[in-house]
Amino acid sequence: MAEAVTQSAPAPATRKARSGADLASGLWILVVAAFFLLPLLGTLIFSLWAGGSHYNLSNYTKLVQSPKMWAALWLSVKLAIYTVALTMVLLVPAVLFIRLRAPWLRPVLEVISVMPFVIPPIALVQGLTGLYSVPGAALALPVWFVSRPEFMVLGYVILALPYTYRALDVGMSALDVQTLTQAALSLGANWGQIFARVIVPNLRTAILGATLLTFAIVLGEFVFANILLFNTFAVYINYIGQVNGTGAAALSLFSFFVTWVGMLGLLAGGSRGQVRAGGVG
Amino acid sequence: MSSETTNGGAPGRRQPAERRRISLSAALPLVFIGLFFLYVLAFLAGPAVSIFVQAFTSSDGGFTMHYVDQLFGRYYAKAYLTTAALSAATALIAVVAGLLTAYQIQRPGTPEWLRNAVNSFAGVAANFAGIPLAFAFISTLGTQGMLTLWLKTVGLDIYGAGFSLFSFWGLVLTYLYFQIPLMVIIITPALQGMRREWREAALNLGGNGWHYWWHVGIPVLTPAVLASFILLFGNAFASYATPYALTSGLVPLVPIEIGNLMSGNVIADPQLGNALSLGMIVVMGAAMILYTLLQKWAGRWQKR
Repeated sequence: MAEAVTQSAPAPATRKARSGADLASGLWILVVAAFFLLPLLGTLIFSLWAGGSHYNLSNYTKLVQSPKMWAALWLSVKLAIYTVALTMVLLVPAVLFIRLRAPWLRPVLEVISVMPFVIPPIALVQGLTGLYSVPGAALALPVWFVSRPEFMVLGYVILALPYTYRALDVGMSALDVQTLTQAALSLGANWGQIFARVIVPNLRTAILGATLLTFAIVLGEFVFANILLFNTFAVYINYIGQVNGTGAAALSLFSFFVTWVGMLGLLAGGSRGQVRAGGVG
Repeated sequence: MSSETTNGGAPGRRQPAERRRISLSAALPLVFIGLFFLYVLAFLAGPAVSIFVQAFTSSDGGFTMHYVDQLFGRYYAKAYLTTAALSAATALIAVVAGLLTAYQIQRPGTPEWLRNAVNSFAGVAANFAGIPLAFAFISTLGTQGMLTLWLKTVGLDIYGAGFSLFSFWGLVLTYLYFQIPLMVIIITPALQGMRREWREAALNLGGNGWHYWWHVGIPVLTPAVLASFILLFGNAFASYATPYALTSGLVPLVPIEIGNLMSGNVIADPQLGNALSLGMIVVMGAAMILYTLLQKWAGRWQKR
């Protein structure tokens, strides 16, 4: 905005305006950096606080020794693995075959992939339970299934869909799937061989990206687990937060790094996917 | 559905086993495409329909407007308005702050390392929400938070001055931690799409920097900025975990109210929760449609 100084102005004035603008922009960056780094710093210091003026790693060692923490973390990891497996079986062939045989369905797929934003997690869990698990539900599933945490995987696949679809779609755009599959088919390969030897190896990066993203989403997922009363990792952090603030700070910091690793997945999935992170569209 | 017939050019001359193999390999794509759509139908469309139907179903199975009417009653209307106000406030602040930050970062003078650091940090922070974010802010700005205590030692008692992390504005501050980075991520492509030549052309035609912004920069950016606002609004509207951990229901928000009705803290008909969810889907659907239209408008400048 400082360029509003007229062009005929002498050089020193322009330079002064320029350095003023530089100062303002430097200050702004400083303010933004403070806003984003202070909570992380605060969390780090708080997680090291051991009462009084003592600072050490005791909060972390206490957590590492807590079987409850491991049980919650393991449950979330297990759910993430199931979610990844189900997503891959459902999504990789569907995205591939729609590209090959029914490209006219791609706009439909695009619309479906943003629908989880229109039906947010809290509404989705309401609809899922209303349809499948409450007593007298229209399509009630067996109680032994809906009372297990694995029931949530059905919804987690949907929650992760915008991210997994984008990662896989970007990955497939980079491949000439048409030529690859035709070449393989004409060499006598069947679909199983095509997936195992052609598609999956070529999509390694995209699949890795989708997997990391799904892990980050499932490990951070709170809505489903809190409502359906399952003790997942995020629910455990919230529980710890009620009884032991420093422990919650330590776990929050750990979650920040999990998100970081998940975002590496986003970068692996292609930069186009990054644009869509975190939002409704 | 009949693509099996298109595949066999001369079925009569082929061996039966081979024909079966061909028809199987032609059917496989259909099976997998069908399986995916069936899944989406069952676990995405189905729940949405269930919400819609139950919101209008009375306890004896007939049609009723009773529950949807309650959305416009004093209590729940206030929840919608509070959620909308919170979403609009965080979206507005984040749009301005994110735009400024992205603009500073994209300026030619910015060192490359800073640009990369901001971009990758934005990717992480935009997705760092929920319970951990709430506790990060409690650790920093809660009543016993590190920054709160430190400010107290230098003589600034922010809680004494009326600030509370567990209030509406505390929520706004916390939401900004994921809203501003999201704005930086989504507006950066639009800023990168603004060509240097446009500015040079404006200057060559005798205009100044102000003319450039007024006649070129702002008109080009407006649709993208409006689209970003809508996206951020929707992003905040659906947040459940962060306000749950921070305010434990002190600030009435729609997602929290739905959760309370579902987890049985309040004895009520399940239909009411469905009606609240339906209202939420309507808001998010409207936001999505608006966003898509604005994106199309914004795309006009980026095609060439």
